Parts: sequence; C-alpha cells; structure tokens
Amino acid sequence: MPFALLKYGLKDDFPFEKDPDLPLPTDLKRHYDVVIIGAGGHGLATAYYLAKYHGITNVAILEMGYLAGGNMARNTAVIRSNYLTSEGVSFYSESVNMYKGLANEFDFNIMYSRRGQLTLAQSEAAVRGFRQRSEVNKHFDGDTDLIGPDDIRQLVPTLNMNAGGLPVLAGLWHRDGATARHDAIAWGYAKGATQRGVEIHQQTEVTDVIVENGRATGVKTNRGQVNAGVIIQAVAGRSSLLAAKAGFRMPITSYPLQAMVTQPVKPFLDPLVSSPALHCYVQQTGRGEIVLGGGSDPYPLYSTRSTLPMKEEVLTNAVKLFPFMANLRLLRQWGGIADMTSDYSPIMGISPVENYYLDAGWGTWGFKATPIAGKTMAELVASGGIVPDLIKPFSMERFNRFVQVNEMGATAASH
Amino acid sequence: MKILTCPLNGPRNINEFTYGGEVKNMPDPNECSDEEWADYVFFHDNLVAVVKEWWLHSPSGYWFIAERHTASDEIIRTYDPREIFNERIEFSQVGV
Repeated sequence: MPFALLKYGLKDDFPFEKDPDLPLPTDLKRHYDVVIIGAGGHGLATAYYLAKYHGITNVAILEMGYLAGGNMARNTAVIRSNYLTSEGVSFYSESVNMYKGLANEFDFNIMYSRRGQLTLAQSEAAVRGFRQRSEVNKHFDGDTDLIGPDDIRQLVPTLNMNAGGLPVLAGLWHRDGATARHDAIAWGYAKGATQRGVEIHQQTEVTDVIVENGRATGVKTNRGQVNAGVIIQAVAGRSSLLAAKAGFRMPITSYPLQAMVTQPVKPFLDPLVSSPALHCYVQQTGRGEIVLGGGSDPYPLYSTRSTLPMKEEVLTNAVKLFPFMANLRLLRQWGGIADMTSDYSPIMGISPVENYYLDAGWGTWGFKATPIAGKTMAELVASGGIVPDLIKPFSMERFNRFVQVNEMGATAASH
Repeated sequence: MKILTCPLNGPRNINEFTYGGEVKNMPDPNECSDEEWADYVFFHDNLVAVVKEWWLHSPSGYWFIAERHTASDEIIRTYDPREIFNERIEFSQVGV
C-alpha cells in the first residue's frame, strides 16, 4: 500500500473528499424559514427532525465555533431516565427509548451500549428517596428497581461497600441506563439533516437578534444579516448571553462542570455507578478508560479552565468507591459550562419574544435529552408555536407561577 | 489555591467562602406582585462582565460584597455591604 499512499499524497483529490459526510460550506442565504442558533446535539437534532418528520428543509444552523464542539463534546455521555417527577420521567424515558433505535435510524454506528446505571444509597433518607424514584419509574414503564447490598456486590465486585465510612445500604438499579459515543450522535444528526437540505454554517457567530415590535425577524452575524421565520436558541452554556441579545433575562446561573478520564485498563466495570453522598460518578468506556465526574464548581464562571481543588475532591471520592484506582493515572481532563436552573429541569418552548423559541437551561442533563429535545422542538416549530404536552411543564414561565419541576435529588451527583 | 480577600478576615482560601448570588435591588415584599418577586428570586443577568456578588465567609458567618469578572475569575474588589446598604430591611410584616 505505500505506493497507493504516495499516489494520493501527490494528488489534489483525496479519496475521502469524494463522498464527504457533510457538504462543503456555502454562502449564507438572506432568508431561512428556520434559523437554529447552535450546532450542538440539540440544534442538530431539531434540524434533523424538522427535515425528516415535517418536511421543513429551508433551515440554517448557525454555529460560532465548530460542529458539536461545545457541551456536546464535554459531557460524560450518560443516558438514563431514573428521575423523580412524573414530568421528568416521562420526558427522559422517551429520550432513552429513542436512543435505542438511533443507530438504525441513522444507519450510522453511535456505539450505544446499554449498561445499566447503579446509584448508591448511603443513608436511610437516600433509600426512601430511591424507593419513590423506582416506583415512579415503574409507573412510566421504566425498568428500575431498588436492590440490596448482595445484588450490588454481584453487579460491581470491585466496589468498596463501605466507601468513605458510609455503608452502601441499597442501590437504585436502572437497567435502561446506557452510554453512547457523543460525537457519533452529533454526526449522525448532522449527516441526516444536511442530506435533507439543512445548511450548517460553522464559524458563524450571532452578534445580535433583530426584534421588531416584540417579534424576532432575524439575526445579525459576523457574515451578514439573515432573516428568519422562526429562531431557536440551542446554545447550552451561553443561554443567558444570547437571551440578552434578544432582550430578556433567564432563570439561569452558569457554572463550570469538570470531568476527567484515566488511562485505559481491562474491563472491570459494566454499569455506570454514581454516589450522590460522595458527589461522584464513575463509568468505564468501551476503550477501557474510566470517566470520572462530580458536582459543578462552587461558584458561577464562564471559563472552562480546570481547577486542582475539584480534581482532588472528585478523585478522593472516586478512590473511596474503587480503592484500586488510586494507582491509575489521569489521561485527560476538561470543563464545560452548565446553565443551571434552580429546579434542575430544562427551559423549553416559547419565550417573551414572538417567533423566538428556547431550548435552554440544560445544566448537567442535556446529553441524555438530545433526541427528545430535538423531536419536541421540531414539533413546536412545525405546529406554528403549539407547545407539545411533553415539554409544557418546562416553560420558562413556570418560574413566574412558582410551579417548578424539582429534579435536584435526581441529578447524578447532587450539586 | 485561589485567594479571596475578606474585608473582615483578610486573604483566605476561596474554599472557606460560599457564593451568595448577584447583588440585586429587592422589590418591597409587601407591595410587589408575585411576578415581580419571582423575577427577583429566579431571574439573573448571568452575563460575562464584572459583577457585584454576595459572598459569605463561612467560618466567621460574615457576609460581604465582591466585584468579580465572570470570565477571567479576577476578583477586582471586596467590601463591607454597608458601602451600599445603609438601612435595615424589615421582614417581620411580610405575609401578615
């Protein structure tokens, strides 16, 4: 093969460019029926479902950086639906179900792997909370049970059952818990959307939102002005900043969330394991690396820098759970900006500005909701602004009515 | 170790402090509508800028104000809240 390689090395047309996954960049048009701000998982999924289910293809996705380079590249790829409220469970279960069939739908391997998620109860209060969550899950056809220490030992033989001096009393065993390759999901949606006519414009930053008489009519970008029938903002980590350009404030505070992976080791851990008491979650990827995450930073910041105190906190607790990991080396670490809402639920649907829709407030629960967020946001646009039942509870206006959807206790590591 | 200078206790490890939210003008709880109160409690500017924030030095129970840049994390100035608030707000009548 060296000669073939040399031949391509000297030629202009490389073989992989003949059938690219994504079309080459084009000029921005003056008008689109739908402008989606943010080419992350949610923006791409919304465009995909708009084109596929609703035949709306005059759609542009504007992205200030590059495709799926924000929080879609910075999450820990956990898929689960073991939440607490009826609203939360029915929403996230739908997403978990969609993930199961996504590789077939795309004809593109998303490396979906159903592992089950085990959340550890290390106090009597946690056992009571988990019993409630398992019953709510079962009510919505979820496969979730409260299991005892013997079952936990069988599932995870390497787990320290007295981690941090807090004995493991029970576990919330969510068999639908899964993981998948986050980049593949973004590329699957991007490929499917562009094949149907959607345009993705990278390095295209929205500098202003044009609002006339309370109605959004277009956006100004670093590549000129674009008029739009409908605008969707799907910019996790910058939601408040973009909303300010459209002229309103949001019930969001943005915190960095840090995560890290170790060097690869032999497969030892099948389920995703989370300890709310120790603010730590652990999972092993298909490559053998161990992904470690914890709570968000203690105060708000728009910087993805990493800090030593957060590393020390997460790693101290991870070693309490799995003492043998003390000998491992860290391979990579990173941070993302999490748009936290006070009830730990998203903000979806209409905004104070007409024709300007919100997909925001995704805190630390955005990745798992990617398919259902895209599907429901597409329905919202296609119906001309009728909010689908599944996302009605997540309207921004719930805060004005003091009707919150409290999922704080059901986040992976209580923040 | 990141250092925050407490107006009462001097420079200390930021781990000793608790963030307390943006400094905002509180509407009169006796007079304002539910919507105004919700706006005060839940909605934030959350911008990239130098912002005024409440901080608590946890071991000494002392609340103060810091001016901090929300992208560079640079702490510009810290000071006693009496620089801004000079009269006590009475809550005893709220909801009666």
